Amino acid sequence: MKSLGSIRRSFAPWADPTSVPFIAVKNVTKKFGDFVAVDDLSLNIYPREFFALLGASGCGKSTLLRMLAGFEQPTSGEIILDGQNLAGIPPYKRPVNMMFQSYALFPHMTVENNIAFGLKQDGMPKADIAERVDQMLKLVKLDKFSKRKPHQLSGGQRQRVALARSLAKRPKVLLLDEPLGALDKKLREETQFELMDLQQELGLTFVIVTHDQEEAMTMADRIAVMAHGKVVQVATPPEIYEAPNSRFVADFIGDVNIFDGTVSAVGEGTVEIATQTGFTVRVASSEPPAKGAKASLAIRPEKIRVSRDQPACAPLNAAQGEIWDIGYLGDMTVFHVKLKDGKVIKASSLNAVRAVEDPLGYDQEVWISFDENAGVVLKD
Amino acid sequence: MQRWSRFNIASIVFGFAFLYLPIVLLVVFSFNESKLVTVWAGFSTKWYVQLFHNQALLDAAWVTIRVGLVSATIATVLGTLAALAMTRYTRFRGRMLFSGMIYAPLVMPEVITGLSMLLLFVAIGFDRGFWTLMLAHITFTMCFVAVVVQSRLLSFDRSIEEAAMDLGATPVATFLQVTLPVIAPAVFSGWVLAFTLSLDDLVISSFTSGPGATTLPMRIYSQVRLGVTPEINAVCTILIGIVAMGVLIASVVSRRREIQRVKDEQAAFAH
Repeated sequence: MKSLGSIRRSFAPWADPTSVPFIAVKNVTKKFGDFVAVDDLSLNIYPREFFALLGASGCGKSTLLRMLAGFEQPTSGEIILDGQNLAGIPPYKRPVNMMFQSYALFPHMTVENNIAFGLKQDGMPKADIAERVDQMLKLVKLDKFSKRKPHQLSGGQRQRVALARSLAKRPKVLLLDEPLGALDKKLREETQFELMDLQQELGLTFVIVTHDQEEAMTMADRIAVMAHGKVVQVATPPEIYEAPNSRFVADFIGDVNIFDGTVSAVGEGTVEIATQTGFTVRVASSEPPAKGAKASLAIRPEKIRVSRDQPACAPLNAAQGEIWDIGYLGDMTVFHVKLKDGKVIKASSLNAVRAVEDPLGYDQEVWISFDENAGVVLKD
Repeated sequence: MQRWSRFNIASIVFGFAFLYLPIVLLVVFSFNESKLVTVWAGFSTKWYVQLFHNQALLDAAWVTIRVGLVSATIATVLGTLAALAMTRYTRFRGRMLFSGMIYAPLVMPEVITGLSMLLLFVAIGFDRGFWTLMLAHITFTMCFVAVVVQSRLLSFDRSIEEAAMDLGATPVATFLQVTLPVIAPAVFSGWVLAFTLSLDDLVISSFTSGPGATTLPMRIYSQVRLGVTPEINAVCTILIGIVAMGVLIASVVSRRREIQRVKDEQAAFAH
């Protein structure tokens, strides 16, 4: 697996203008009556990519997936898969397979017949089917359960049958609709890594729909954050987290503190913003907004330091407040700090040592501070 | 623990007596030696023997069974299709009217159903007999099948059909390999219901049958008009026996299946 890891690190076909997308969604709109589920959406997904569609329920991500599978037809626009326009091609003729949220196992068939179903439809010789089913059962570690029916399996086992069934035909693209939603947390985390390894091993293109940002961040090469039928940002997990392109994305992914203000000075690769909270921040910015423009600073809780003493950078990038709430999570501690103007911000610190001498307590006067490159400037 | 109060016991005794006393009487008197229905004169099975020499009654039974089997089968096909159409195509024009019309025969007085069919057959000049009887039975049992199958389809997980199509099954293959096997129990109970209804129908049959197509209920009814004989009691006892057997088998099978399912689920989570 070591070599795969290094391939993974250099895997970025979207950055290469000569690479050809495997799935091209072009200006697709889908309306249900007056309701616009997907709104003039365009996306490129590359071969062997693990692509996540992330958004709250009702954002159109599932509709987009169902259009890829062929269960819904776009109202306008087109979807190209491997050079072929998918318009009018029914689901049973598309080279994609889907893993359903409810697993959708055939209740009257045994595990092996469930997996063999797609192969039988293709008229594959019996011996080959048996071999492939065997192979799939081993892949998902269910070889002992081949004769069982779905209701004789636990949730995790059913999920693996569904996965084996959707992979049995060796589709060009595997679509996964909230595949881990029904599993408990521990099993879900294990399965996430299993899915990633599997995708690498088989060299397939995966498109996953999820509302769980951690799941998307863990598994995907790139994430498309969706809202109201549109894509808000498509980027790798670190880009999405560290350089959100909008207030919506910053707020949607992880925790964030946002300071609104006005640009007071523009320097060499930096910008100073006078925040409404009353202190001035200097932030690194490659495309700084003009002086006098409205701008906001988005900063993640783990990038804010909390200290008793006045930091060296004060008064820039620092503010005084008092500790309002403390949440001890084990691996880290979350502080809610109430600033002078009443705004409460979140700061978290890793508990790298087992016991801190004289830890910060409630109602204590503290300083918060952060580095110039810790936050992101959002233009409004 | 629940207490057996006198009131509870009395309710149960009276309730069961109300339901089953007439039937018990009928069964008891079918074994009566005497020809007089109400006077007990010792045990005998002679009426059962005589029954199997009554050609008219046997013919009627044969007609009833044939009509029942064929009409229940055709009604099941049509009823299932109607149920599919109503649950699947929820947006076609006139759906409300169509579904209302499917249910209408359930509440329509049988006399009206029978009479209207009689008028139709007369109007188009269709000679009344076995086939008109069959058509009438298909018509009135079909809606019962539709109702039974429809209620199963409402809780049917459509995603398994999508999964089948996604895996390369055409719509026809999907229906035959996935939908039908899953709804089969409901379709079967629809068939049993249709068969039972056809078996004991008197009113509609009287309107729509013709010479040579007398059903068992019609034959019994016409004989009773000449006076109740122990022979009729014997026929009815046999019918009761068949129905009771059917109910018993059905409940035992479903009970066993339920026990098996619970066991399977426990086994699954033990692993």
